[in-house]
Amino acid sequence: MVPRRTSMTGAAMRRTLSEKSWGYVLAAPAFILVGCLALAPIAAALWLSLRHRLPILAVDEFVGAANYLDLLSDDRFWAACRTTLYFTVLSVTIELVLGLGLALLLHGLTRRPSPSARIAQVVTILPWAVPTVVSAQIWLWLYQPDYGLLNYLLRQAGVVAASVDWLADPDWAIHAAIAMDVWKTTPFAALLLLAGLKAVPEDLYDAARIDGAGWWERFRMITLPLLMPIILITLVFRTMDAVRVFDAVYVLTGGGPGNATETLSIYAYKTLFQSLQFGYGSALATAMFVIAAALSTMYLLLLRRHLREVP
Amino acid sequence: MIRPTEERREAGSYSDFRATGLRWVLLAVVMLFCIGPLFWQAVTSVKPDADLVRLPPILPAEITATHYERVLLGSPLVQALANSVVVAAGATVVSIVVGSFCAFALARLPIAGKSIILGLILVTSMFPPIAVISPLYLVMRELGLRDTLMALSLTHAVYALPLAVWLLTSFIRQLPSELYYAARVDGCTPLRALLTVILPLARPGLAVAALLVFIFSWNEFMFALTLTASDATRTAPVAVALFPGLYEIPWGDLAAASLVVTLPVAGLALVFHRHIVAGLTAGSVKG
Amino acid sequence: MAEVCLKGLEKRIGHTTILHPLDLTVRDGEFFVLVGPSGCGKSTLLHLLAGLDRPTSGRILFDGADVTELEPRERDAALVFQTYALYPHMTVRDNLSFPLRVASGAQRVDRKGKDIENEVQRVAGFLGLKSLLDRRPRELSGGQRQRVALGRALIRKPRLFLLDEPLSNLDAQLRSSMRTELRQLHEELKITTIYVTHDQTEAMTLGDRLATLDQGRIHQVGRPHDVYAAPANVFVAGFLGYPPMNLLQARVGSEGIAAGPFQFTVPSDLPESVRQQGVTVGVRPEDVMVGISADRHEDGAVSGVVRLVEPAGPTCWVTCDLLDRLARVTVVGASASGYSPKIGDAVTVSVRRPAVHLFDSSTGQRFGSV
Repeated sequence: MVPRRTSMTGAAMRRTLSEKSWGYVLAAPAFILVGCLALAPIAAALWLSLRHRLPILAVDEFVGAANYLDLLSDDRFWAACRTTLYFTVLSVTIELVLGLGLALLLHGLTRRPSPSARIAQVVTILPWAVPTVVSAQIWLWLYQPDYGLLNYLLRQAGVVAASVDWLADPDWAIHAAIAMDVWKTTPFAALLLLAGLKAVPEDLYDAARIDGAGWWERFRMITLPLLMPIILITLVFRTMDAVRVFDAVYVLTGGGPGNATETLSIYAYKTLFQSLQFGYGSALATAMFVIAAALSTMYLLLLRRHLREVP
Repeated sequence: MIRPTEERREAGSYSDFRATGLRWVLLAVVMLFCIGPLFWQAVTSVKPDADLVRLPPILPAEITATHYERVLLGSPLVQALANSVVVAAGATVVSIVVGSFCAFALARLPIAGKSIILGLILVTSMFPPIAVISPLYLVMRELGLRDTLMALSLTHAVYALPLAVWLLTSFIRQLPSELYYAARVDGCTPLRALLTVILPLARPGLAVAALLVFIFSWNEFMFALTLTASDATRTAPVAVALFPGLYEIPWGDLAAASLVVTLPVAGLALVFHRHIVAGLTAGSVKG
Repeated sequence: MAEVCLKGLEKRIGHTTILHPLDLTVRDGEFFVLVGPSGCGKSTLLHLLAGLDRPTSGRILFDGADVTELEPRERDAALVFQTYALYPHMTVRDNLSFPLRVASGAQRVDRKGKDIENEVQRVAGFLGLKSLLDRRPRELSGGQRQRVALGRALIRKPRLFLLDEPLSNLDAQLRSSMRTELRQLHEELKITTIYVTHDQTEAMTLGDRLATLDQGRIHQVGRPHDVYAAPANVFVAGFLGYPPMNLLQARVGSEGIAAGPFQFTVPSDLPESVRQQGVTVGVRPEDVMVGISADRHEDGAVSGVVRLVEPAGPTCWVTCDLLDRLARVTVVGASASGYSPKIGDAVTVSVRRPAVHLFDSSTGQRFGSV
């Protein structure tokens, strides 16, 4: 990465520094920053995962794959895996389906520019812009058993007899978290899918109408295939985010009640910062990364034929 | 393009009209979904304390500003807001400067290993931040930046870099390459060409990237939580999460605080929503 | 095969009238061309015929049956788009078979896979696409995509065949060979065809009959030759034919009609209104002869100076400034045989009669010739 002409003076170097060298020079700051503050810590984390490191007990020894083996026999780990996967699959699926519906709706409405169309598009971005912790606070308040709006409305509608403490119920807590995540992310997924929808030429729909295709066939045989690349991208990025979910669950339930909503990242956080097991905690985090990468690779492999068909 | 295509959509038969009516109803439901919770939070933030603990009434008979007063005058929230501004601004500046240099190199200059660089940058955005926090904390301590705003700002800059680089690379690639070559022929070094020709033209892309980095930094929680230790350095999201409540959570104050914290980024998003969406979808739609 | 009848067909959007109420009849099996400049409403008319849009008022009849409210497929009309609108993610085979694979209301045909494949092979063979069946649209050339679009339209054996400027995206050479192919196609299949274009050459060479459109109104309908020889008004006269007809403002005076330096006799049936308002004199460039000065001074020949020369095969189109006391008059004419014009030449310009058209200056309508 260093220019080869190191023997020249500064001025001469400036005159003769090749484009290639300039490229390295300009890319260097990014590389240095990323290297120091991201890659190095990641490498350190991987290294830590191979050790037992308990500062309190002044333990620091290399143990190879022992942490990972412990992981495999750790029931709490598997529970966290199940919780995380449940959260991921449900959230991402609902977000994609609802997001697609919302995108189709927005697409139909924004075909002709109108003030209401503009409002629709603008408002949809709000949930994305809201800080996750704030949205968690909002939903904490909505879920509140005594004074929360949700319980009040459900009681009024006769759906439930008495208030439910959603976040204290081990069966419902994770679904409460999923609902919050769906609220926050569906509109954003919709905006991404909307961009994909707008990229489909109108002519194709006209031709299909003339060929005799009804609205469902037009959707199934033209819209969906052409939307696949962007669905895939949304799927991959959302999955990676969902597997690593932390902010929302931390503020909403802290992993509780008990361990009912303990996702992998919460488990890792507690291991690292509460029980201060840096080695095991790092192994947990690495496992998270592997799971996320595996899921994404699986999507890409299953659906890569759709990526090739980009017009 | 044939002009009639856009205008054709105006007309419709009866079935179109009915469908339109249904669509508006559905849209209203969706709008309720998006803004509803935020609206409720706003209502909560102006409800007198007495009204907060009983439902009905849903809408208060009279509104009060006490929650906002308490939050803005008595609590560490204002300091937290200021911290957030500093951290986000710093992260934005660093991210954009470093990111644009790197993006330019990736887009226009013949360096080797571009895919490796992009791959590495991508990997950093995929790895769970939770794992890097403790080594990162140690690095910061070594650099003497423990519990400082600068540490958080730099961290945000680094973790926003993948987004900034990706956005700016595709943006710079779309600028005509002749402009860069013309500048070179006129005698500029690549750096000079970047500063005097490319960057001014890339202003829209830079603006979008800056917007996204700012919003990311403002909303970021995990690093902010773990890299800051005191009220003096806490950022807004952390302050809201750790909102003081001795016996009962002060829902009114909390609502006010959460809205105050949201207002800047919500405002930015509302004003620049078109740019934001365009920026985030530019790469993915074109493929 | 269908006879297409338009009665009072009108299309308005907001305050803009795209199509003024128009009536038109296209005969069964006819190759009918709609020609007009960009924005005249011809594409809108085609979309109304196809069923992609509904008119503001008026009716559309296929073989006497009212189809105005019917969906596109129910009308059994096929449309070839200017941009071809091929499904980019499907192979040529899937594009061709799409109309057959898709369920529809009135025209539901239970097609088995083998039957569909037979149809695809038939159409592909017909259009020379057999070797391309497994390719994607992006792997095809412009001409090949054109043919796939045609194939997709024809595979249903529609009773009406609509084409929206299908050749405008092809290069010149391909355009002329495709013109021939389209004509041959029509000879073989005899499907009622309505073809929309802005290119007056295509209109003149392809159509059994044509209609000229401008600003949402039909100006003239007829066989190409008839419309060319006797244009109904100034617009039609100036639109059909290249180079465009020379149009000169003229006054009706005691000696006759004076158009620049030319003098024409006044026809006996000259309308009174024209005498007041003025006449526009039109003569096609091929009826204007440009020759070397001083040869002979025929009746009515005037002097001019060559300004521009445009070679066109055996002859040249010569733009000349005519010498006139009052104003500068410019005409385009054909160079006489044996004469190679150069810019600046002094020439004699004469007009062949009775090829001179007379138009009412205020209405643009043609009322006679001299």
